Amino acid sequence: MAMVLTPEQQAILDGSKGETMAKIMKTLVRYGEVYGAEKMVPVTGEYGHLVLSFGAFFLGAVFDLYQKLIDDGCLSGQKFTVDPKPYDPKVPQGPIEKVASKFIYGQQNRYEKELEKLGILNEDSYTCACYLDQVGNTPKEGDVLSWAESSAVVYANSVLGARCNRNSGIIELFGSVAGFVPYFGLLMDENRKADWVVELKTTKMPDAQLLGSAIGMKVMEDVPYVKGLDQYIGTELNDAAKTYLKDFGAATASNGAVGLYHIANLTPEAKKQGESIIKPGAKTYVIDDAELQRVKDSYPVIWKNPDADPEMCFLGCPHMTLQQMIDWTEKLEKGLKEAGNKKVSIPTVFTSTTAVLKVFNKTDYAKKLKDMGVVTSFICPLMYMDNPLNASKPVITSSNKLRTYTTSRFYSNDEILDILTKGAK
Amino acid sequence: MAKKKGTTREFKGRPVVPGDMTAEAVVTKNGFNTLASMQMMSLQPKTKCNDQSNPDLYKKILQDKALCMPQTIGSTTGGMFLYSAVKAGKAPACLLFSKEIDSLAAAGAILSEVWAPETPMPAVDQLGDEFLEYVKDGDQITIKPDGTVIVTR
Repeated sequence: MAMVLTPEQQAILDGSKGETMAKIMKTLVRYGEVYGAEKMVPVTGEYGHLVLSFGAFFLGAVFDLYQKLIDDGCLSGQKFTVDPKPYDPKVPQGPIEKVASKFIYGQQNRYEKELEKLGILNEDSYTCACYLDQVGNTPKEGDVLSWAESSAVVYANSVLGARCNRNSGIIELFGSVAGFVPYFGLLMDENRKADWVVELKTTKMPDAQLLGSAIGMKVMEDVPYVKGLDQYIGTELNDAAKTYLKDFGAATASNGAVGLYHIANLTPEAKKQGESIIKPGAKTYVIDDAELQRVKDSYPVIWKNPDADPEMCFLGCPHMTLQQMIDWTEKLEKGLKEAGNKKVSIPTVFTSTTAVLKVFNKTDYAKKLKDMGVVTSFICPLMYMDNPLNASKPVITSSNKLRTYTTSRFYSNDEILDILTKGAK
Repeated sequence: MAKKKGTTREFKGRPVVPGDMTAEAVVTKNGFNTLASMQMMSLQPKTKCNDQSNPDLYKKILQDKALCMPQTIGSTTGGMFLYSAVKAGKAPACLLFSKEIDSLAAAGAILSEVWAPETPMPAVDQLGDEFLEYVKDGDQITIKPDGTVIVTR
């Protein structure tokens, strides 16, 4: 069935606002028709969020396209936040690696100027965790969004109860320019019901990014309903629960293609609808300690020398919350003291948004962290690892998202703490 | 000795972006993680799969191939990467999905259709599990505008 457009939308498609705007509309219509969308609906969220934050030379076609939008006056109708920047001189790199990074991201200045013209919110807008309080792009329940960034989309849908499809880069900007998006997928009630019941039977609270990885790889793009997690993270969406779900969701979305999950007795739609949100005939996935170990053991190690000692550690993919930075500072302080050490064993970078870092830097924890040898940065660690020279180093992380996209090796948060404080491998 | 080609089998899917072309198959039974697979494309003479988690495709050439998969997964940069690959002449020749096309791959195919009509990347979805069970690396794939996919080996 063809999409029914309003007279205004049809006029745009027919060229009333110029050829470029017509092509934007054509793209959105074609995109919606693939999924049987019968109409467009207004974007009601206050802000957009874009996934493309890096001026990589191989994405020149995208920058050319965005310049065309600017030239033809097709700017975003709403301000937006953007994923983190790819380069920060504070993050340890050798001189050759720095030159390579500057070459790879040689279009950065051009792209940031384009973003200013297209409608970026402010200088603190570069983060994958745009929904954090300090950043302020926190949609309301029921808001229709035109976002990309898999970890942000799954958080907005699942934790905030907003409605957004797993849009690709470019498509999300087109929605913000047009002001409406095709009505399909996770915008519709019937597609927000659970296809899977995940029964959690572990003996302790699972590592958020390991659990998310296991579920993502199992259910792929389906909607899981997770039972048993509330015994560990509670039934209230407090700061700790939201932080856990931030990391959990990022792994479901990157190791699979999850755009929405429900946590029994915790997330908004699961609380309101209970088990009636589970589709009849939903499949079951039981996760116990052995299953998590199996998943962890399945990750290939693609370091040149799998037995190498780690040389660098990244924490904060997605970007850390303020409380995560404080908690990690305290854990490192305690661990180092117990081990009789003063500094972390390898160069370590904590990444977060500048909005959080500004607050953190005013606390006493900032000096403690710095004294322990940890660097804080606004960078996207994935972009750091996209430099092949950096990718050749044995880097460790507790982010399953970073592991999936790069050569970095995954360890649980507890294991990382041991490595950083005791030098254990 | 060259393999004798001649056995054909036909499958019918939905032409998301119609096309009429022939290419050699590369096949993954796992979700195709576009970012993990293609992020190094600009540094490679021909785009190779860089995804360590995909043993079906890791280190295999993707460029100008008929990429057969269930769906794409992972980062929402996916469609943007596919569009950029098309514009740079480094993309797969076409995308063939056993399931319904996911929103990221759909974006990549449609962006290429609308904004790079001179170099289309046809996409056919809903070919069924049997298609993915049958097709093998090296098979010759011919796609028709109505969504017919002919596998020859």
